[in-house]
Amino acid sequence: MQMLSFLVRRILLAIPTLIGVAVVTFFLIRVVPGDPVVVKLRADGAPISEATIQAERKRLGLDKPIYEQFVDYMVGLARLDLGRSLWTGQPVADEIATRFPVSFQVAIMATLIALLIAIPLGILSAVYRDTWVDYVVRIVAVSGLAIPSFWLGMLIIMALLATFNWLPKIGYVSIFQDPVANLSALIFPALAVGYRYAAVATRMMRSALLEVLREDYIRTARAKGVYRQLVVRRHALRNALLPVVTVVGLEFAFLIGGLVVTEQVFNLNGIGKLFVDATTRGDFTLIQGLVLLIAVIFIVVNIVVDVLYGMLDPRIRLS
Amino acid sequence: MAEIAARPAAADMPRRPNPVWLFVKQQPLGVFGFLVILVFIVFAVFARQVAPYDPEEIDFAAMLSAPSAEHLFGTDQYGRDVFSRIVHGARTALAVGVLSSLIGCTLGALIGAASGYFGGRVDTIVQRFVDIMLAFPIIVLAMVVVAVLGKWPLWGVDLNLVIAIALPFLPKMARVARSSTLAIAQMPYIDAARAAGYSHTRIVLRHIMPNIMAPYLIMVTAFIAQAILLEASLSFLGLGVTEPTPAWGLMLAGQSADFYKEAPWMILFPGLAITLAVFAFNLFGDSLRDWLDPKMKG
Repeated sequence: MQMLSFLVRRILLAIPTLIGVAVVTFFLIRVVPGDPVVVKLRADGAPISEATIQAERKRLGLDKPIYEQFVDYMVGLARLDLGRSLWTGQPVADEIATRFPVSFQVAIMATLIALLIAIPLGILSAVYRDTWVDYVVRIVAVSGLAIPSFWLGMLIIMALLATFNWLPKIGYVSIFQDPVANLSALIFPALAVGYRYAAVATRMMRSALLEVLREDYIRTARAKGVYRQLVVRRHALRNALLPVVTVVGLEFAFLIGGLVVTEQVFNLNGIGKLFVDATTRGDFTLIQGLVLLIAVIFIVVNIVVDVLYGMLDPRIRLS
Repeated sequence: MAEIAARPAAADMPRRPNPVWLFVKQQPLGVFGFLVILVFIVFAVFARQVAPYDPEEIDFAAMLSAPSAEHLFGTDQYGRDVFSRIVHGARTALAVGVLSSLIGCTLGALIGAASGYFGGRVDTIVQRFVDIMLAFPIIVLAMVVVAVLGKWPLWGVDLNLVIAIALPFLPKMARVARSSTLAIAQMPYIDAARAAGYSHTRIVLRHIMPNIMAPYLIMVTAFIAQAILLEASLSFLGLGVTEPTPAWGLMLAGQSADFYKEAPWMILFPGLAITLAVFAFNLFGDSLRDWLDPKMKG
């Protein structure tokens, strides 16, 4: 019950932020000096006359005054209608829905990879503090913050070409249809994006565990004669995981950012590529829809993190 | 009087250590980072003198040649010297990185300090705005702004790119500045300044801002690293710096992916340059944080 009221309150609080995001994006992209209609007509190769431009503009509803477009947009949003892409004419929601699964899967895989790497490495680094193990882990982690994910992706492709003379097939197959093809295509982008994520989480895991290991109750447990391993696993780890969960949530934004760029490297037809295309084409409605989607993901992730937090640490009441 | 006389003569007192020397001794990694930054600064300022070739000079005879004594890092598909392009790219990276970080952090600090100082309704409105801006992932906000603003070149630097990269830093700095200000605004000397009849502007600028210099400097260095990364990403996507200006992200973009096998050096070295620069700023930033504000150590 408490959980339910927490969720309801958080979702209600998110609505004004989302409306704010929608309003800001709407006006931000309409300051644009370029005209998407001209860009599109030029790409179509159609003869551009003032009349065709006007006609196209009218067709897309861009001839209306801005406040009218704004009201239309907001009314649409209230009915969960994101409008149609200026470029393809397809509903924005459909455009996004077809591209979403790839990006979503890569994001999930990257998060899993990050946690799988970060938790053991962070523990090792903290337990063997100031030994060569610790130094190696820390160097790997610090470099992870500096390596651009798209470049790492290119290095991975180069390594694959050099050693196996093989590249994952272009084109997305659903994991349910052909799990092998799906995973072999998506594991590499997930690695490229997940590395930075893993680095951040490793650093957090290390410092959180070090902090916890200094607590009195750890000394008590050791004094009682509990094995070091057991103390770390049973007593310390649980508490040290809290900040790691937070940082994984906070860094999700970076993951999306990395994804936008890395999808280009691996030719993945996901949200990131869609976003880049929309920006270069000046596809207003599509940009609005995507930004809103990303903001929603962002907020959902934050709520999930808060819920997890309460589950991991009963002392923290959801408030 | 006797007590004063009993104090050791000035010559016997331990000398106050030179802060620069202390930093060198306590933060060796930070010094390393600083030296690398210095090398990049030299590259950026004296690019024409350091680079052996003109970065835009096309030489089809030397197309795609491997690293050698003549071309340290090899050449690209137009026969342009990769090393010279990296040296000149340092100019772009540093100019965009430093400018955008400074602009974003300065505006953010001012807004945050004012918001914390005035409190009440001003604070609420500013914080709502900050919330909204924080709901955009950094690169998404930068991409939208880049698409909106187009280009505004000034002395070889695209100012709109700088603004696009600076904007996402603003709310983050504002948050930090605000929370520091909230503590400072409670101090008696702020009351004293107010009682002395100083204007709000003067109190914010002269009494509060100097006291949030430590977090400000830390954020500026950290954001330079992020800005370099962001500029590289945007240029890679074709939304940032455009040809023929040499920029690290741009060197990795477009056609260079066709030469994975023939000319891996085209991919290797620009990426290394980005990594090294970001690494150096991160290292220096971390040390600066430990040095200026041990409490923030994470």
